[in-house]
Parts: sequence; structure tokens; C-alpha cells
Amino acid sequence: MKEWAKYKIERLLKNSVIHILLIIVSIGCLFPLLWMVGSSLKTQQTIFSDMSIFPKNPMWGNFYLAWTKGGFGMYFLNSLFYTVTVVSGIVIISSLAAFAFSRLKFPGKNIFFYMFLGAMMIPLPGSFVPLYVLMTKLHLVNTRIGYILCMINVGLSFSIYVLKTFFDKMPAELEDAARIDGCSRLGIWWNMALPLARPAIAVIVIFNSLNVWNEYIFATLIFSSKSLMPLQRGLMIFQGIHITEYSLLMAGMTITALPIILVYLIMQRHIIKGITAGVIVG
Amino acid sequence: MNNMRTKTVLQNYLFILPAVLIFSIFYIYPFYKVFTLSLCQWDGIARFDFAKNFIGLRNFIELFQDKIWWGAMLQAGYITLIALTFQNALALGLALACDRDIKGGNIYRVIFYLPPVLSEVVVGLVWKWIYDGNYGLLNYWLQNIGLSNLVTDWLSNPNTALTCVAVIHCWKGFGWGFIILLAGLQTIPRQLYEAAKVDGASSWQMFKSVTLPLMAPVFILVSILTVLGTMQVFVLILSMTDGGPGYHTEVPVTRILASMVDSSRFGYACSQGIMFGAVLLAISFVQIKLSKYMKQA
Repeated sequence: MKEWAKYKIERLLKNSVIHILLIIVSIGCLFPLLWMVGSSLKTQQTIFSDMSIFPKNPMWGNFYLAWTKGGFGMYFLNSLFYTVTVVSGIVIISSLAAFAFSRLKFPGKNIFFYMFLGAMMIPLPGSFVPLYVLMTKLHLVNTRIGYILCMINVGLSFSIYVLKTFFDKMPAELEDAARIDGCSRLGIWWNMALPLARPAIAVIVIFNSLNVWNEYIFATLIFSSKSLMPLQRGLMIFQGIHITEYSLLMAGMTITALPIILVYLIMQRHIIKGITAGVIVG
Repeated sequence: MNNMRTKTVLQNYLFILPAVLIFSIFYIYPFYKVFTLSLCQWDGIARFDFAKNFIGLRNFIELFQDKIWWGAMLQAGYITLIALTFQNALALGLALACDRDIKGGNIYRVIFYLPPVLSEVVVGLVWKWIYDGNYGLLNYWLQNIGLSNLVTDWLSNPNTALTCVAVIHCWKGFGWGFIILLAGLQTIPRQLYEAAKVDGASSWQMFKSVTLPLMAPVFILVSILTVLGTMQVFVLILSMTDGGPGYHTEVPVTRILASMVDSSRFGYACSQGIMFGAVLLAISFVQIKLSKYMKQA
């Protein structure tokens, strides 16, 4: 009996130590974000002196100012627009291609597929240099469509790969039945393959949405008009011009991070699954 | 009949056409262009004429003697070293802690993976504000706990800037390693641990003879991806220090960007890209070879 009690106490002690460590790391993860939100609620004067995490008189008006005068409302809508268009583009284009790679017959199929795979394996840092040259040549610099096409290309290989592996597991009988019922190949893709592939499409949507929302470098190279820029670029512009308006900058950052945090908290199971899948692919 | 079949095949091509088109324009063409441009001297504005702009391998010869470039490479290596050791050790420790049947394990998981989903710009700017020399929280705390001799302008001090950036890179990245390692740990059958326990193995012995060998492939995967990812870090640096003070936090990609945007040397920027790509390929090649060798041993 004594042994048993000793064992239990030992276990309790061990678990407490582990919990304390985990809690310390958790605070380390969350604190900078709390500090960001807290700072966004201080005034232009108190932000340099008030070191409390949450100010006594929160200035919610900062968010209004950031949204209107800071331009973050505009940047936000741009980010939303790019995320929606790029992700829908990727889903349609990559599912068409993945469906063909998995289900249809045509010469050179494997070569094309390995071409996409190869793009995921070979690192090409600095590819933005020739890409920028190309965009200038095609008059796509400082246009929405240029940025959208560019970002569709970024997500294409990964999405085709994920969807193809999913379509490969789809039973052939289903497809045959649909064909006998007079479904065209396009009809099979739309009516059967896409609805069945919902879990795989969820992974693609989440992965690419995070990617587009957080993208910075192409947005920097392609856009020169403020009215076209997404949030990440807007933040860097704002901190360059209004170098001391920290509370508005922090409000802008909160506006940028909040949608991601909310989507993450709602979808965390899928996101973590998607990331694990992404790593196994890479 | 034959006509019909040709038509079907052609229609099948239509399915991959949009993807192939975008991929050719935005991936294959730049891929080819990076090599031709690297042999040229070009400011990005004047009409490009390969015969006229061609300068052979001079960009590469200059690059080999470019001290700032190799300094940037070393600095990226330094950040990578810290990420490989400190970040991955933290990730492994936390994964081991959460792999036990611990209360609230899922909450920790959600919290640890929060920094990786945030953008590098947001993370960089938050920490820049905390590190701030005059009004930053870090200095304020140091003063309050009586360590005012440590107070410094963290990101403008050449001695601290690079390490500060590396620490934030780890802060952003450890949750990612944690998720992958935890997923790996959870594939290990519990019976193996129970059998080891019955045989009287200590925790350390179990870790050494059960966990480590079974986790080797995951460790290798995580370390390869850590190296490739960290070497190419740059948005975090743009938002925290922009390469400064001096060139103390420059990394290869910020150098490529500077060659292109600041000095309008598109050819040189491309030669830097190729050189860096070759270095990355060589590193991953060595790592894969090493892992195969370790598997045999």
C-alpha cells in the first residue's frame, strides 16, 4: 500500500512539473499576441509609458482609425479578394488536372505529372527575379490578375499531388456506373469526383488560404499602387511611413492576424492534419 | 473510330491544359530565364538583348569574391544551427511531454501551433516592438528585475541582432516541429513501451531503445525541412531588421532582393539565386545520403 502511495505521489509530481513547463511555453506563445492587442488599445501617448498588458481605458477607436485612415480596411478587402479568387482558381484547375492524371488516358501523362512533382522538390530561391521580368513583359505588374495567376501557380503542384492521390483511391466502379448513365468526363469530374474529394479539397483550401493571406514577397514586387495591396504589404508600408504610430500599427496587425487566428481555432483539427499531410508530401 | 479516339485524347488534354499553361508561364519559363540572365549584365529597364548583355561567367566570379554574400550565407547558417538544435530540442521535449496521457494535451497542441500559422510580417513587427531599445517591453522588464546592465537596443546592436532574429525564428517554428514529431510519436505502438516496462526498463532506456530508433526517419525529415526552410528565411528579417545593422542580419535571399531592387543588377541577382539553389541541393543531398548511411549502420 505504501508503495502504491509513493508511486502515485511520484506520478503527480512528475505530471505537475510537465504541466508547469507546458504552461510556461504556452504563455510564451500567447503573450506577444496579447501584447499586440493590448498595445493597439493604448493612445499615442500612453503606448510609450503604460506598460500594463491591458490598458485601463481601452481606445477601441484605434481600430476605426486603422481601418479608415490607416487604409487597413482597403488592404483587408484586397486580401480577402485575393484569397478567395486564388483558392477557387487552385481548386478548379488542380482538380481538373489531378482528375486527368488519375483517371484519363493520354500520351505523356507521367511526364507532365512528374514535371509538377519536380517543381516541389527543386528549390529555386530567387525565382522571383525572372518572374518579375516576365510580369513586366506581359504588362501584369501592378495588376490584380497578375498577382492572382502568380499565386495560383505557387499552390498548384502541392494541390495536384494531394488530389491525385485521393482520386487514385476512388473506386473505378463508381466511375463506370456514371459513364454508363451517360455522364461525360467533365460531368464525372463535377458531379462525382469533386463531391467525393471533399476531405482532400478541405486540406487544399485551408493550406492555400493560409499561404495567400500570409504572402508577402510577390505582393511587394508586383504592386506599386496602394489600392491594390493586400494586408501584409500594407503593414510594411504603414510602418515605414507612420514610424511612431505604434498603436495604429498594432491595430492593423491585429486586423491582419485575427481572421487567421479565428479560422485556425475553428478548423484546428483539419489544419494540423493538413500540415502533417503537406510535410509527408514534401 | 480512329477519329473519335483522337478527339477523346485531345479532350483529355484539355483537363490539364490550364494547369500546364500556368505552370509553363510562371514556373518553367522563369526557371529557364534565371540561367540565361545569370550570364548577363542587365539593369531590368533597358531592352534586353542576350548577345549584347552577355558577359559570360563574370557574375559568378564576382559572386565568389563577394564578402557580403558569403557573410549572409554564414549568418543563415548560424540561424539554421540554432533552429536545428534549440528549436528542434524544444519541439521534441514538448512532443514527448504531450505524448503521455496528459490532461489538456490538445489545448497545448493548439497553442503551440499558433505562431506557425501567423504571417512572418506580423510576427516580425510584434517582436520588433517588444525588442525596441527605448520603449520595448524587454528592456522595461530587465530594468525592473535589476538587470539594467543587459539593457540594449537589441535589433540595432551588431552583437545581439542576429541571435534575436534567430530566437524569433525558433519561436515561430518550434510548433511546426512539435506537430510533426508528435504525429510520429503517436505511431509507435504502446505495447512496445509496456513490454519494456515489464522488463524493468527505465524511462531513459525506453527512450533510447524504443523511441529513438523508431523515430529516426521522422527526425531526419524534420531536420532536412528545418535546414531548407531556415536557410531561405527572409520575410521575418525584412520586417525585423531589414538586414541591418550594417550587414549583420543579411541572409542570401535578402541579398538577392537587394541586388535586384536596390542596385538593379538583375543578372547578378540570378547568379546568386543559382548559387544558393546549388548550395541547398547539396545540403539536402548530403542529408539524404547521411540518413541512408545511418539506416544501414
